[in-house]
Amino acid sequence: MIKQEMCEVISQSQIASHIYKLTLRGGLVHEMDEPGQFVHLKIAEQMDPILRRPISIAEIDHKHSEFTMIYRAEGKGTKLLANKKQGDVIDVLGPLGHGFPIAATEKGETALLVGGGIGVPPLFELSKQLVKKGVKVVHVLGFQASEAVFYEKEFTTLGTTYVATVDGSYGSKGFVTDIIGDNKLSFDVLYTCGPTPMLKALEQKYIDKEVYLSLEERMGCGIGACFACVCHTGDDPQGHSYKKVCSDGPVFRAGEVVL
Amino acid sequence: MSHSLEISLPGLNLKNPIMPASGCFGFGREFSQLYDLSELGAIMIKATTLEPRFGNPTPRVAETTAGMLNAIGLQNPGLDKVMSEELAWLEQYDVPVIANVAGSIEEDYIAVAKELSKAKNVHALELNISCPNVKTGGIAFGTIPEVAKDLTRKVKNVSEVPVYVKLSPNVTNIVEMAKAVEDGGADGLTMINTLVGMRIDINTGVPVIANKTGGLSGPAIKPVAIRMIHEVSQQVSIPIIGMGGVQSAEDVIEYYYAGASAVAVGTANFVDPFICPKIIKELPDLLNRLGFDHISECTGRSWKKHEQLVHHRA
Repeated sequence: MIKQEMCEVISQSQIASHIYKLTLRGGLVHEMDEPGQFVHLKIAEQMDPILRRPISIAEIDHKHSEFTMIYRAEGKGTKLLANKKQGDVIDVLGPLGHGFPIAATEKGETALLVGGGIGVPPLFELSKQLVKKGVKVVHVLGFQASEAVFYEKEFTTLGTTYVATVDGSYGSKGFVTDIIGDNKLSFDVLYTCGPTPMLKALEQKYIDKEVYLSLEERMGCGIGACFACVCHTGDDPQGHSYKKVCSDGPVFRAGEVVL
Repeated sequence: MSHSLEISLPGLNLKNPIMPASGCFGFGREFSQLYDLSELGAIMIKATTLEPRFGNPTPRVAETTAGMLNAIGLQNPGLDKVMSEELAWLEQYDVPVIANVAGSIEEDYIAVAKELSKAKNVHALELNISCPNVKTGGIAFGTIPEVAKDLTRKVKNVSEVPVYVKLSPNVTNIVEMAKAVEDGGADGLTMINTLVGMRIDINTGVPVIANKTGGLSGPAIKPVAIRMIHEVSQQVSIPIIGMGGVQSAEDVIEYYYAGASAVAVGTANFVDPFICPKIIKELPDLLNRLGFDHISECTGRSWKKHEQLVHHRA
């Protein structure tokens, strides 16, 4: 169920270049069950920026009623968010959207989790839940450059983790698709989140496989009412049928929507 | 429920004068997960066209200081589905619906208006001659007084419920437009629709919105709406449902003082999805503090002469 709550900042720290890790506490954590869902944050108390900011959930801690987000401070809203200190409160709406299906992978099977840049964070909670279920996880994480790399150690505790950077300044040089090919990684189900060109490449390459993609789109309301974040469906690419990224997604089965 | 908020307008007997504005609330399904839609005075549903419309490419929204631009492009499932699915679903709630009618050509408007007005829970139509985000129709009907008047008359002829005309602020003389649709038989006005605007990304050098231009809404446009309602309400005798940047009970009173008889909330629903029930809850206390027994006493207070004003506890 979607709730609105003033959540308390438990901690915030910078973990890579422009990348921040923010942990909040609030009762709405108990509504979070699926990895890949997001929250919608009202960051400015005044009207600039006026809209909420959708941020993916990186980690859920039901025991302490806490959840963690990892985000890039790039625009006006997220830069303001980076200034929030322990003890501050933030207006949170959520959890929103449909996340990654854990049920798609059986115990003993292998899941390949592929993240690009700021698409990496939601894969962390996903990986934790898959490991808990007894799924073997392999991570492939792509970043722009060494200073943008984060959470390699944390992912490594859950399963084999490969890192690539576009400029080769850390890990192997190239894209996530190169790593998958070079290491001949095999899997039963692929889960991915990242820039659209990366999602497109994975969708095309693994057309016969079970692939789940988490999309990003500019949003208005975040709950499905404003029709800002719609996309065409795979079976009717030019027609009138549509899916809303915020409420039908952000996670879709590959082929379900047009990237 | 306080009686100080009950109002009566053509076709609309409302328990309070607060309603979500068209396009900012879908058909209510999403918000029904958050609160009981029966709390609302009315619901202005998303614009309906004869055929389904996908709308514009994305990005469809962009933020501006104290406002937002949108160019959704009248995406909707089309008349048949709105009738059989959306309006039928809304029947479970004790809330009158104001159905927004849009089209590209006159015949579309007439066909949509005729059908929608037959729905049990549609108590009024909102004739959308002011959408700035479609290439044909929409605003084209809302900027030439004679065209607007003619369309209003034709829609009135087929509608089984009162017709409110949604005016565009993108005109030189809004009073002339208002008088024209009043002559055409409009039972009321809703105003204002969005102001056409644009934002350009300085990194790419191109407009942020795929449609290039979008409609500006939010607190940024409130003074424009207040001014226009102040002007129009003194020149017409039909009621006005005011809208544009409303986000508090105080804003509602300001719209009333300008000349409105009910108020719609748009963009604020995206910022705080509980804003409508919050405003409804806050209004009685604010009215009491200002010395009013009933909200209707506030209409036109900014321009009415002393002897025209109804009872007010000084």
